[in-house]
Amino acid sequence: MAIRRGRGVAAINYPTGMNLGGDPTQALVHSTPTGNFMVTLSSVDLGQGMKQIMAQICAETIGVPTDRVVIDTADTDTGPHCMGTFASRGTHRAGNAVIQAAKEARQVMLEVAAEELEVNASDLETDGQGNIQVKGAPQKSISIFDVALSAHFKRGRSISGRGMFLIPRSYPEKETGAMKPSTCYAHACTVAEVEVDDETGEVTVLTVKNVFEIGRALNPKMVEQQLVGGSWMGISHALYETTEPYYPSRDHGGTDFNQYLMPGPGDLAETEIIVLERPSADGPFGAKGPGEMCANPQIPAVANAVFDAVGVRIDTLPITPERILRALKTQAAG
Amino acid sequence: MAKVPVQFTLNGSEKAEFVESGTTLLHALRDKIGDTSPKGGCHQGTCGACSVIIDGELRLSCLTLAETCGGADIRTTAGLAEGGVLHPLQRAFLDAFATQCGFCTPGMIMAAKVLLDRTPNPSREDVVEALSGNICRCTGYEPIIQAVLAAARANSQNAA
Ligand code: FES
Ligand code: FES
Repeated sequence: MAIRRGRGVAAINYPTGMNLGGDPTQALVHSTPTGNFMVTLSSVDLGQGMKQIMAQICAETIGVPTDRVVIDTADTDTGPHCMGTFASRGTHRAGNAVIQAAKEARQVMLEVAAEELEVNASDLETDGQGNIQVKGAPQKSISIFDVALSAHFKRGRSISGRGMFLIPRSYPEKETGAMKPSTCYAHACTVAEVEVDDETGEVTVLTVKNVFEIGRALNPKMVEQQLVGGSWMGISHALYETTEPYYPSRDHGGTDFNQYLMPGPGDLAETEIIVLERPSADGPFGAKGPGEMCANPQIPAVANAVFDAVGVRIDTLPITPERILRALKTQAAG
Repeated sequence: MAKVPVQFTLNGSEKAEFVESGTTLLHALRDKIGDTSPKGGCHQGTCGACSVIIDGELRLSCLTLAETCGGADIRTTAGLAEGGVLHPLQRAFLDAFATQCGFCTPGMIMAAKVLLDRTPNPSREDVVEALSGNICRCTGYEPIIQAVLAAARANSQNAA
Protein backbone atom coordinates (compact mmCIF):
# COMPACT_ATOMS: atom_id res chain seq x y z
CA MET A 1 0.00 0.00 0.00
CA ALA A 2 1.47 3.31 -1.03
CA ILE A 3 0.98 6.84 -2.29
CA ARG A 4 1.53 6.70 -6.04
CA ARG A 5 2.23 9.59 -8.34
CA GLY A 6 0.95 10.01 -11.87
CA ARG A 7 0.87 12.55 -14.63
CA GLY A 8 -1.84 12.93 -17.27
CA VAL A 9 -2.29 15.04 -20.38
CA ALA A 10 -5.43 15.97 -22.28
CA ALA A 11 -6.37 18.33 -25.09
CA ILE A 12 -9.77 19.57 -26.20
CA ASN A 13 -11.53 21.48 -28.96
CA TYR A 14 -14.55 23.42 -27.79
CA PRO A 15 -17.21 24.99 -30.02
CA THR A 16 -18.30 28.57 -29.46
CA GLY A 17 -22.10 28.52 -29.38
CA MET A 18 -24.32 25.79 -30.75
CA ASN A 19 -26.62 25.37 -33.65
CA LEU A 20 -30.01 23.75 -33.35
CA GLY A 21 -32.47 25.80 -35.38
CA GLY A 22 -30.06 28.61 -36.22
CA ASP A 23 -28.34 30.72 -33.60
CA PRO A 24 -29.25 34.46 -33.68
CA THR A 25 -28.60 37.42 -31.40
CA GLN A 26 -29.83 40.95 -31.94
CA ALA A 27 -28.59 44.27 -30.57
CA LEU A 28 -29.82 47.85 -30.73
CA VAL A 29 -27.66 50.93 -30.13
CA HIS A 30 -28.79 54.50 -29.72
CA SER A 31 -27.29 57.72 -28.42
CA THR A 32 -28.75 59.77 -25.61
CA PRO A 33 -29.23 63.53 -26.18
CA THR A 34 -25.82 64.10 -24.54
CA GLY A 35 -23.89 61.63 -26.67
CA ASN A 36 -23.71 58.59 -24.46
CA PHE A 37 -24.51 55.32 -26.14
CA MET A 38 -27.06 52.80 -24.94
CA VAL A 39 -26.76 49.18 -26.07
CA THR A 40 -29.97 47.25 -25.61
CA LEU A 41 -29.61 43.47 -25.39
CA SER A 42 -31.49 40.48 -24.08
CA SER A 43 -28.21 38.65 -23.49
CA VAL A 44 -27.74 38.24 -19.76
CA ASP A 45 -24.62 38.98 -17.72
CA LEU A 46 -24.50 36.24 -15.10
CA GLY A 47 -21.15 37.26 -13.69
CA GLN A 48 -18.89 36.47 -16.61
CA GLY A 49 -18.50 40.14 -17.57
CA MET A 50 -20.73 40.39 -20.64
CA LYS A 51 -21.64 44.02 -19.90
CA GLN A 52 -18.00 45.08 -19.71
CA ILE A 53 -17.10 43.29 -22.94
CA MET A 54 -20.11 44.64 -24.85
CA ALA A 55 -19.28 48.18 -23.67
CA GLN A 56 -15.69 47.75 -24.91
CA ILE A 57 -16.88 46.39 -28.27
CA CYS A 58 -19.43 49.19 -28.78
CA ALA A 59 -16.98 51.90 -27.69
CA GLU A 60 -14.23 50.58 -29.97
CA THR A 61 -16.59 50.46 -32.95
CA ILE A 62 -18.15 53.90 -32.48
CA GLY A 63 -14.85 55.48 -31.42
CA VAL A 64 -15.72 56.72 -27.93
CA PRO A 65 -14.30 55.95 -24.45
CA THR A 66 -15.77 52.81 -22.85
CA ASP A 67 -17.34 54.79 -20.02
CA ARG A 68 -19.57 56.58 -22.54
CA VAL A 69 -21.42 53.30 -23.20
CA VAL A 70 -24.24 51.94 -21.05
CA ILE A 71 -25.34 48.33 -21.48
CA ASP A 72 -29.01 47.62 -20.82
CA THR A 73 -29.90 43.96 -20.44
CA ALA A 74 -32.90 44.71 -18.28
CA ASP A 75 -35.74 42.85 -19.90
CA THR A 76 -35.80 39.78 -22.12
CA ASP A 77 -39.51 40.39 -22.83
CA THR A 78 -39.01 43.77 -24.43
CA GLY A 79 -35.37 43.74 -25.54
CA PRO A 80 -34.11 42.62 -28.95
CA HIS A 81 -34.03 38.85 -29.16
CA CYS A 82 -31.07 36.75 -28.01
CA MET A 83 -30.90 32.95 -27.88
CA GLY A 84 -29.32 33.28 -24.46
CA THR A 85 -26.14 33.22 -22.44
CA PHE A 86 -25.01 29.62 -22.79
CA ALA A 87 -22.64 27.48 -24.86
CA SER A 88 -19.94 30.15 -24.41
CA ARG A 89 -21.68 32.15 -27.14
CA GLY A 90 -22.25 35.55 -25.48
CA THR A 91 -19.13 37.43 -26.53
CA HIS A 92 -19.11 35.92 -30.02
CA ARG A 93 -22.77 36.24 -31.01
CA ALA A 94 -23.79 39.38 -29.09
CA GLY A 95 -20.42 41.00 -29.81
CA ASN A 96 -20.92 40.62 -33.56
CA ALA A 97 -24.45 42.01 -33.31
CA VAL A 98 -23.19 44.99 -31.29
CA ILE A 99 -20.49 45.72 -33.89
CA GLN A 100 -23.07 45.82 -36.66
CA ALA A 101 -25.43 48.07 -34.66
CA ALA A 102 -22.60 50.35 -33.55
CA LYS A 103 -21.32 50.74 -37.13
CA GLU A 104 -24.73 51.94 -38.27
CA ALA A 105 -24.97 54.37 -35.33
CA ARG A 106 -21.46 55.63 -36.04
CA GLN A 107 -22.39 56.33 -39.64
CA VAL A 108 -25.37 58.49 -38.61
CA MET A 109 -23.19 60.25 -36.03
CA LEU A 110 -20.60 61.08 -38.69
CA GLU A 111 -23.31 62.32 -41.08
CA VAL A 112 -24.67 64.73 -38.45
CA ALA A 113 -21.14 65.88 -37.61
CA ALA A 114 -20.49 66.41 -41.33
CA GLU A 115 -23.49 68.69 -41.60
CA GLU A 116 -22.36 70.69 -38.58
CA LEU A 117 -18.77 71.01 -39.85
CA GLU A 118 -19.85 71.43 -43.51
CA VAL A 119 -17.58 68.66 -44.77
CA ASN A 120 -18.06 65.16 -46.17
CA ALA A 121 -18.80 62.42 -43.64
CA SER A 122 -16.16 60.26 -45.30
CA ASP A 123 -13.51 62.86 -44.37
CA LEU A 124 -14.22 62.54 -40.66
CA GLU A 125 -12.68 60.39 -37.95
CA THR A 126 -13.15 59.94 -34.22
CA ASP A 127 -10.34 60.70 -31.78
CA GLY A 128 -11.43 58.09 -29.23
CA GLN A 129 -11.77 60.81 -26.59
CA GLY A 130 -15.30 61.94 -27.45
CA ASN A 131 -14.61 64.17 -30.47
CA ILE A 132 -15.00 63.97 -34.24
CA GLN A 133 -12.43 65.68 -36.41
CA VAL A 134 -11.48 66.18 -40.03
CA LYS A 135 -8.82 63.69 -41.11
CA GLY A 136 -5.52 65.53 -41.35
CA ALA A 137 -6.98 68.71 -39.81
CA PRO A 138 -7.76 67.87 -36.19
CA GLN A 139 -8.26 71.53 -35.30
CA LYS A 140 -11.55 71.32 -37.24
CA SER A 141 -13.53 69.21 -34.80
CA ILE A 142 -16.79 68.89 -32.87
CA SER A 143 -17.55 67.03 -29.67
CA ILE A 144 -19.87 64.02 -29.80
CA PHE A 145 -21.85 65.74 -27.07
CA ASP A 146 -22.60 68.60 -29.49
CA VAL A 147 -23.28 66.21 -32.36
CA ALA A 148 -25.88 64.38 -30.27
CA LEU A 149 -27.52 67.64 -29.20
CA SER A 150 -27.68 68.76 -32.82
CA ALA A 151 -29.12 65.43 -33.96
CA HIS A 152 -31.80 65.53 -31.31
CA PHE A 153 -32.86 69.15 -31.22
CA LYS A 154 -31.88 70.60 -34.57
CA ARG A 155 -31.70 67.96 -37.26
CA GLY A 156 -34.23 65.40 -36.08
CA ARG A 157 -31.89 62.43 -36.59
CA SER A 158 -31.73 59.34 -34.44
CA ILE A 159 -28.12 58.32 -33.92
CA SER A 160 -28.87 54.64 -33.72
CA GLY A 161 -28.17 51.30 -35.27
CA ARG A 162 -29.51 47.77 -35.59
CA GLY A 163 -27.40 44.67 -35.34
CA MET A 164 -28.20 41.06 -36.03
CA PHE A 165 -25.81 38.13 -36.02
CA LEU A 166 -26.98 34.74 -37.16
CA ILE A 167 -25.22 31.43 -37.54
CA PRO A 168 -27.66 29.78 -39.94
CA ARG A 169 -29.07 26.35 -39.22
CA SER A 170 -26.83 23.53 -40.32
CA TYR A 171 -28.38 20.33 -41.66
CA PRO A 172 -26.54 17.01 -41.56
CA GLU A 173 -25.59 15.53 -44.92
CA LYS A 174 -27.80 12.52 -45.62
CA GLU A 175 -24.97 10.17 -46.59
CA THR A 176 -22.35 10.93 -43.98
CA GLY A 177 -24.18 12.73 -41.18
CA ALA A 178 -21.52 15.42 -41.37
CA MET A 179 -22.64 18.90 -40.38
CA LYS A 180 -21.20 22.21 -39.31
CA PRO A 181 -22.62 22.89 -35.89
CA SER A 182 -20.16 25.65 -35.10
CA THR A 183 -17.93 28.08 -36.96
CA CYS A 184 -15.45 28.79 -34.22
CA TYR A 185 -13.50 26.56 -31.83
CA ALA A 186 -11.40 27.30 -28.79
CA HIS A 187 -8.69 24.85 -27.72
CA ALA A 188 -6.99 23.85 -24.53
CA CYS A 189 -4.43 21.45 -23.16
CA THR A 190 -3.84 20.49 -19.54
CA VAL A 191 -1.13 18.53 -17.76
CA ALA A 192 -2.17 17.35 -14.30
CA GLU A 193 -0.02 15.73 -11.63
CA VAL A 194 -1.75 13.69 -8.95
CA GLU A 195 -1.06 11.51 -5.96
CA VAL A 196 -3.29 8.50 -5.45
CA ASP A 197 -3.45 6.63 -2.17
CA ASP A 198 -4.01 3.05 -3.32
CA GLU A 199 -5.27 2.06 0.13
CA THR A 200 -7.98 4.72 0.49
CA GLY A 201 -8.50 5.63 -3.17
CA GLU A 202 -8.04 9.30 -2.40
CA VAL A 203 -6.68 11.57 -5.13
CA THR A 204 -4.75 14.77 -4.46
CA VAL A 205 -4.13 17.05 -7.43
CA LEU A 206 -0.66 18.54 -6.98
CA THR A 207 -0.35 20.74 -10.05
CA VAL A 208 -2.41 21.70 -13.10
CA LYS A 209 -0.74 23.39 -16.01
CA ASN A 210 -3.19 24.74 -18.59
CA VAL A 211 -2.72 26.30 -22.02
CA PHE A 212 -5.81 27.93 -23.50
CA GLU A 213 -6.18 29.11 -27.09
CA ILE A 214 -9.11 31.51 -26.98
CA GLY A 215 -8.88 33.79 -30.00
CA ARG A 216 -8.29 37.42 -29.06
CA ALA A 217 -8.54 38.15 -25.32
CA LEU A 218 -10.76 41.24 -25.39
CA ASN A 219 -10.20 41.87 -21.69
CA PRO A 220 -7.10 39.95 -20.56
CA LYS A 221 -7.72 40.28 -16.81
CA MET A 222 -11.27 39.02 -17.11
CA VAL A 223 -10.10 36.16 -19.33
CA GLU A 224 -7.52 35.19 -16.72
CA GLN A 225 -10.17 35.32 -14.01
CA GLN A 226 -12.43 33.02 -16.00
CA LEU A 227 -9.62 30.56 -16.72
CA VAL A 228 -8.37 30.38 -13.12
CA GLY A 229 -11.89 29.76 -11.82
CA GLY A 230 -12.57 27.31 -14.63
CA SER A 231 -9.45 25.29 -13.97
CA TRP A 232 -10.54 24.87 -10.35
CA MET A 233 -14.02 23.90 -11.46
CA GLY A 234 -12.64 21.28 -13.84
CA ILE A 235 -10.85 19.57 -10.97
CA SER A 236 -14.00 19.80 -8.93
CA HIS A 237 -15.93 18.03 -11.70
CA ALA A 238 -13.20 15.43 -12.11
CA LEU A 239 -13.03 14.41 -8.46
CA TYR A 240 -15.97 15.67 -6.46
CA GLU A 241 -19.17 16.94 -7.96
CA THR A 242 -22.23 14.96 -8.94
CA THR A 243 -25.92 15.04 -8.18
CA GLU A 244 -26.28 11.30 -8.98
CA PRO A 245 -23.30 9.32 -7.65
CA TYR A 246 -25.00 6.06 -8.76
CA TYR A 247 -26.49 7.36 -11.97
CA PRO A 248 -29.11 6.66 -13.28
CA SER A 249 -30.31 5.91 -9.75
CA ARG A 250 -30.64 9.07 -7.68
CA ASP A 251 -29.67 7.30 -4.47
CA HIS A 252 -27.17 9.07 -2.25
CA GLY A 253 -27.28 12.22 -4.38
CA GLY A 254 -26.17 15.26 -2.41
CA THR A 255 -29.02 17.56 -1.47
CA ASP A 256 -27.04 20.31 0.23
CA PHE A 257 -23.51 21.62 0.63
CA ASN A 258 -22.80 19.11 3.40
CA GLN A 259 -23.10 16.32 0.84
CA TYR A 260 -22.45 18.03 -2.47
CA LEU A 261 -18.75 18.58 -2.13
CA MET A 262 -16.37 20.93 -3.88
CA PRO A 263 -12.73 21.68 -3.13
CA GLY A 264 -12.40 24.64 -0.78
CA PRO A 265 -9.68 27.25 -0.43
CA GLY A 266 -7.51 24.72 1.42
CA ASP A 267 -7.59 22.15 -1.40
CA LEU A 268 -6.17 24.19 -4.26
CA ALA A 269 -3.74 22.61 -6.68
CA GLU A 270 -0.79 24.69 -7.83
CA THR A 271 -2.27 26.18 -10.99
CA GLU A 272 -0.64 27.64 -14.07
CA ILE A 273 -2.47 29.41 -16.89
CA ILE A 274 -1.03 30.27 -20.28
CA VAL A 275 -3.12 32.11 -22.87
CA LEU A 276 -2.50 31.78 -26.60
CA GLU A 277 -4.23 34.32 -28.79
CA ARG A 278 -5.01 33.27 -32.34
CA PRO A 279 -7.80 35.59 -33.53
CA SER A 280 -10.83 33.79 -34.93
CA ALA A 281 -12.05 34.59 -38.43
CA ASP A 282 -15.66 35.40 -37.54
CA GLY A 283 -15.44 36.58 -33.93
CA PRO A 284 -15.76 40.19 -32.75
CA PHE A 285 -12.20 41.55 -32.93
CA GLY A 286 -11.10 37.91 -33.20
CA ALA A 287 -12.66 36.67 -29.95
CA LYS A 288 -13.78 33.10 -29.30
CA GLY A 289 -15.77 31.75 -26.36
CA PRO A 290 -13.46 30.90 -23.44
CA GLY A 291 -16.42 30.51 -21.05
CA GLU A 292 -17.01 26.81 -20.49
CA MET A 293 -14.15 25.15 -22.27
CA CYS A 294 -11.73 26.25 -19.56
CA ALA A 295 -13.29 23.72 -17.14
CA ASN A 296 -13.00 20.75 -19.51
CA PRO A 297 -9.43 19.58 -20.13
CA GLN A 298 -8.65 19.06 -16.43
CA ILE A 299 -11.15 16.21 -16.31
CA PRO A 300 -9.53 13.79 -18.81
CA ALA A 301 -6.09 14.99 -17.66
CA VAL A 302 -6.87 13.92 -14.09
CA ALA A 303 -8.36 10.62 -15.31
CA ASN A 304 -5.18 9.96 -17.29
CA ALA A 305 -3.02 10.91 -14.31
CA VAL A 306 -4.91 8.44 -12.12
CA PHE A 307 -4.30 5.75 -14.74
CA ASP A 308 -0.63 6.66 -14.82
CA ALA A 309 -0.47 6.44 -11.02
CA VAL A 310 -2.32 3.20 -10.29
CA GLY A 311 -3.10 1.63 -13.67
CA VAL A 312 -6.89 1.75 -13.58
CA ARG A 313 -9.13 3.51 -16.07
CA ILE A 314 -12.00 5.36 -14.42
CA ASP A 315 -14.47 6.35 -17.13
CA THR A 316 -17.31 7.55 -14.93
CA LEU A 317 -17.23 10.91 -13.20
CA PRO A 318 -16.45 11.98 -10.60
CA ILE A 319 -13.38 9.86 -9.90
CA THR A 320 -14.27 9.01 -6.31
CA PRO A 321 -12.23 6.92 -3.88
CA GLU A 322 -14.94 4.26 -4.13
CA ARG A 323 -14.58 3.98 -7.90
CA ILE A 324 -10.81 3.77 -7.66
CA LEU A 325 -10.88 1.09 -4.97
CA ARG A 326 -13.43 -1.00 -6.89
CA ALA A 327 -11.30 -0.75 -10.01
CA LEU A 328 -8.15 -1.69 -8.07
CA LYS A 329 -9.97 -4.71 -6.66
CA THR A 330 -11.06 -5.84 -10.12
CA GLN A 331 -7.52 -5.29 -11.37
CA ALA A 332 -6.07 -7.40 -8.51
CA ALA A 333 -8.59 -10.18 -9.20
CA GLY A 334 -7.12 -10.02 -12.72
CA MET B 1 -48.58 34.64 15.98
CA ALA B 2 -47.72 37.76 17.90
CA LYS B 3 -44.86 39.79 16.53
CA VAL B 4 -41.94 40.65 18.75
CA PRO B 5 -40.11 43.97 18.78
CA VAL B 6 -36.36 43.96 18.17
CA GLN B 7 -33.92 46.85 18.25
CA PHE B 8 -30.28 46.84 17.19
CA THR B 9 -27.76 49.01 15.43
CA LEU B 10 -26.98 48.17 11.81
CA ASN B 11 -23.79 49.71 10.50
CA GLY B 12 -24.01 52.38 13.15
CA SER B 13 -27.64 53.41 12.75
CA GLU B 14 -30.48 52.33 15.02
CA LYS B 15 -33.11 49.97 13.69
CA ALA B 16 -36.38 48.88 15.25
CA GLU B 17 -38.57 46.20 13.70
CA PHE B 18 -41.46 43.95 14.59
CA VAL B 19 -40.68 40.42 13.46
CA GLU B 20 -42.50 37.10 13.62
CA SER B 21 -41.05 34.95 16.32
CA GLY B 22 -38.55 32.63 14.61
CA THR B 23 -37.61 35.09 11.87
CA THR B 24 -33.95 34.77 10.93
CA LEU B 25 -31.69 37.80 11.03
CA LEU B 26 -31.02 37.21 7.31
CA HIS B 27 -34.71 37.57 6.54
CA ALA B 28 -35.08 40.61 8.80
CA LEU B 29 -32.09 42.36 7.22
CA ARG B 30 -32.98 41.63 3.61
CA ASP B 31 -36.75 41.70 3.52
CA LYS B 32 -37.70 44.03 6.38
CA ILE B 33 -34.83 46.50 6.65
CA GLY B 34 -33.71 46.33 3.05
CA ASP B 35 -30.01 45.58 3.47
CA THR B 36 -29.56 42.96 0.76
CA SER B 37 -25.79 42.69 1.09
CA PRO B 38 -25.99 39.42 3.08
CA LYS B 39 -27.04 36.72 0.60
CA GLY B 40 -29.13 33.60 1.21
CA GLY B 41 -27.26 30.73 -0.45
CA CYS B 42 -28.38 27.70 1.54
CA HIS B 43 -30.32 28.90 4.60
CA GLN B 44 -28.78 26.11 6.63
CA GLY B 45 -25.33 27.30 7.61
CA THR B 46 -23.22 25.61 4.93
CA CYS B 47 -22.28 28.32 2.41
CA GLY B 48 -21.28 31.46 4.33
CA ALA B 49 -22.96 33.86 1.90
CA CYS B 50 -25.13 35.30 4.70
CA SER B 51 -22.19 36.10 7.02
CA VAL B 52 -22.45 39.28 9.10
CA ILE B 53 -20.53 40.61 12.08
CA ILE B 54 -22.42 40.70 15.39
CA ASP B 55 -20.62 42.38 18.29
CA GLY B 56 -17.31 41.72 16.57
CA GLU B 57 -17.94 38.02 15.90
CA LEU B 58 -18.51 36.44 12.49
CA ARG B 59 -22.04 35.01 12.43
CA LEU B 60 -24.26 33.23 9.93
CA SER B 61 -27.36 35.40 9.75
CA CYS B 62 -29.41 32.49 8.37
CA LEU B 63 -28.90 30.60 11.64
CA THR B 64 -29.37 33.62 13.92
CA LEU B 65 -32.84 34.52 15.12
CA ALA B 66 -33.58 38.21 14.77
CA GLU B 67 -35.18 38.35 18.20
CA THR B 68 -31.90 37.31 19.83
CA CYS B 69 -30.17 40.39 18.41
CA GLY B 70 -31.69 43.00 20.76
CA GLY B 71 -29.09 45.66 21.51
CA ALA B 72 -26.52 44.07 19.21
CA ASP B 73 -24.02 45.92 17.02
CA ILE B 74 -24.49 44.40 13.57
CA ARG B 75 -22.17 45.09 10.65
CA THR B 76 -22.68 44.11 7.02
CA THR B 77 -20.75 44.65 3.82
CA ALA B 78 -23.21 47.42 2.86
CA GLY B 79 -21.82 49.53 5.70
CA LEU B 80 -18.14 49.20 4.88
CA ALA B 81 -17.63 52.08 2.46
CA GLU B 82 -17.24 55.47 4.08
CA GLY B 83 -18.44 58.58 2.30
CA GLY B 84 -18.27 56.84 -1.06
CA VAL B 85 -14.73 55.58 -0.45
CA LEU B 86 -14.48 51.82 -0.59
CA HIS B 87 -13.09 49.87 2.35
CA PRO B 88 -9.58 48.48 1.69
CA LEU B 89 -11.03 44.98 1.45
CA GLN B 90 -13.57 46.06 -1.17
CA ARG B 91 -10.81 47.86 -3.07
CA ALA B 92 -8.59 44.79 -2.91
CA PHE B 93 -11.37 42.48 -4.15
CA LEU B 94 -11.87 44.76 -7.15
CA ASP B 95 -8.16 45.09 -7.90
CA ALA B 96 -7.54 41.33 -7.63
CA PHE B 97 -10.57 40.45 -9.79
CA ALA B 98 -11.75 38.40 -6.81
CA THR B 99 -15.41 38.62 -7.65
CA GLN B 100 -17.30 37.24 -10.61
CA CYS B 101 -21.04 36.69 -10.07
CA GLY B 102 -20.54 38.37 -6.69
CA PHE B 103 -22.90 36.17 -4.72
CA CYS B 104 -20.25 34.95 -2.28
CA THR B 105 -18.48 38.31 -2.08
CA PRO B 106 -20.24 39.99 0.87
CA GLY B 107 -19.79 36.85 2.99
CA MET B 108 -16.15 36.52 1.98
CA ILE B 109 -15.53 40.16 2.85
CA MET B 110 -17.17 39.80 6.28
CA ALA B 111 -15.07 36.72 7.04
CA ALA B 112 -11.94 38.53 5.87
CA LYS B 113 -12.77 41.61 7.92
CA VAL B 114 -13.02 39.64 11.15
CA LEU B 115 -9.70 37.98 10.32
CA LEU B 116 -7.91 41.26 9.61
CA ASP B 117 -9.42 42.98 12.67
CA ARG B 118 -7.77 40.31 14.81
CA THR B 119 -4.77 39.33 12.73
CA PRO B 120 -3.59 42.36 10.77
CA ASN B 121 -0.72 40.45 9.13
CA PRO B 122 -2.15 37.02 8.38
CA SER B 123 -0.28 34.19 6.70
CA ARG B 124 -1.76 32.49 3.67
CA GLU B 125 -2.81 29.62 5.95
CA ASP B 126 -4.64 32.09 8.22
CA VAL B 127 -6.55 33.44 5.22
CA VAL B 128 -7.44 29.96 3.95
CA GLU B 129 -8.65 29.01 7.42
CA ALA B 130 -10.73 32.18 7.75
CA LEU B 131 -12.42 31.67 4.38
CA SER B 132 -12.99 27.95 4.66
CA GLY B 133 -16.61 28.33 5.76
CA ASN B 134 -17.46 30.26 2.61
CA ILE B 135 -18.25 28.65 -0.72
CA CYS B 136 -17.47 30.26 -4.09
CA ARG B 137 -18.63 28.74 -7.37
CA CYS B 138 -16.78 31.08 -9.70
CA THR B 139 -13.31 32.22 -8.77
CA GLY B 140 -11.41 29.11 -7.74
CA TYR B 141 -10.61 30.95 -4.44
CA GLU B 142 -7.05 31.94 -5.34
CA PRO B 143 -7.99 35.51 -6.38
CA ILE B 144 -9.92 35.90 -3.11
CA ILE B 145 -6.98 34.70 -1.04
CA GLN B 146 -4.75 37.14 -2.93
CA ALA B 147 -7.22 40.00 -2.35
CA VAL B 148 -7.28 39.44 1.41
CA LEU B 149 -3.49 39.29 1.57
CA ALA B 150 -3.28 42.49 -0.50
CA ALA B 151 -5.76 44.27 1.79
CA ALA B 152 -3.65 43.27 4.79
CA ARG B 153 -0.53 44.68 3.11
CA ALA B 154 -2.37 47.91 2.23
CA ASN B 155 -3.58 48.26 5.83
CA SER B 156 -0.12 47.78 7.31
CA GLN B 157 1.37 50.32 4.88
CA ASN B 158 -1.26 52.88 5.91
CA ALA B 159 -0.59 52.18 9.56
CA ALA B 160 3.19 52.56 9.10
S1 FES C 1 -27.25 31.21 3.75
FE1 FES C 1 -26.34 31.17 5.70
S2 FES C 1 -24.70 29.81 5.45
FE2 FES C 1 -25.71 29.70 3.54
S1 FES D 1 -17.94 35.07 -7.29
FE1 FES D 1 -19.60 33.79 -7.81
S2 FES D 1 -19.79 32.58 -6.03
FE2 FES D 1 -17.97 33.66 -5.66
